[in-house]
Amino acid sequence: MLVTRKAEFSASHVCRLPSLSDAENREIFGDEANPNGHGHNYVLEVTVEGDPDPVTGMVVDLKLLKKILEQHVIEPMDHRFLNYEVPPFEKVVPTAANLAHEIWRRLEPQVTSSATRLARVRLFETEDLYVDVTAGDLAA
Amino acid sequence: MISLTRRYRFSASHRLHSPALSEAENARVYGKCNNPFGHGHDYVLEIAVAGPVDARTGLIISVPALDQFIHRHVLQLFASRNINADVPQFGQLAATTENVALVIAGIVQQNWHDSFSDLPARATSIRIQETARNGFEVLLGASTSSMRPRTEMERVLVHG
Repeated sequence: MLVTRKAEFSASHVCRLPSLSDAENREIFGDEANPNGHGHNYVLEVTVEGDPDPVTGMVVDLKLLKKILEQHVIEPMDHRFLNYEVPPFEKVVPTAANLAHEIWRRLEPQVTSSATRLARVRLFETEDLYVDVTAGDLAA
Repeated sequence: MISLTRRYRFSASHRLHSPALSEAENARVYGKCNNPFGHGHDYVLEIAVAGPVDARTGLIISVPALDQFIHRHVLQLFASRNINADVPQFGQLAATTENVALVIAGIVQQNWHDSFSDLPARATSIRIQETARNGFEVLLGASTSSMRPRTEMERVLVHG
């Protein structure tokens, strides 16, 4: 069974490579390359897979999952400039794909137990753009 | 492989009518959707693209390049059009959203290689919401791979 918990955070970022010209950055990243950055209201959906516990009837304690999301994603990322304040984005471009990947990396050890595993991280950068990371993606 | 989904919106009109059916059969099969002058929807189109994340750029695909591709090949064809009258593929084809999804999937597959030949990513699904309550999804095979262009559609999922 899959259980999904949603969380939101707002952060600013800029997607550009210092090794490229302004024109090249604009061609690859579009407006996301504007040098001084801009922000998004990110929406995160975290899906955990497992069977309901025979006693509690729960796949995962949602209070605990909420706390994990707050501690490992929301607190370090909310109202931050990702490129300057959230590793590894001082050296990795904070695209939606890289950010979703990083969130997976942070959550996977916290969510994995004998009964549960992280099945999917879906990160909406805007209402019209989202990235899915699913189990197995990191090994690829 | 990670997937990126991009959403687009377009408004278009259509009339559900099959030339293979009589007037009475069309009216029975399609009901209100067969009204002679047609009607319109604000369609929401989603395309999912899966592939490795480029180590340097952090991208599966350049979003401006994907936007340009969809604008050029899909939105210019459908946006603010009468699908039956203005979109050549629907001369004899009923303008159901199942068929709109299949036509768009075919267009994406046919043109992907020309635009993204140097990209390992491929389009994996086309999803269209006709209204907030009706959604249609075509899962694409390995056909948009830059290595092996093919044209088959695996299946159509209809969401209630």
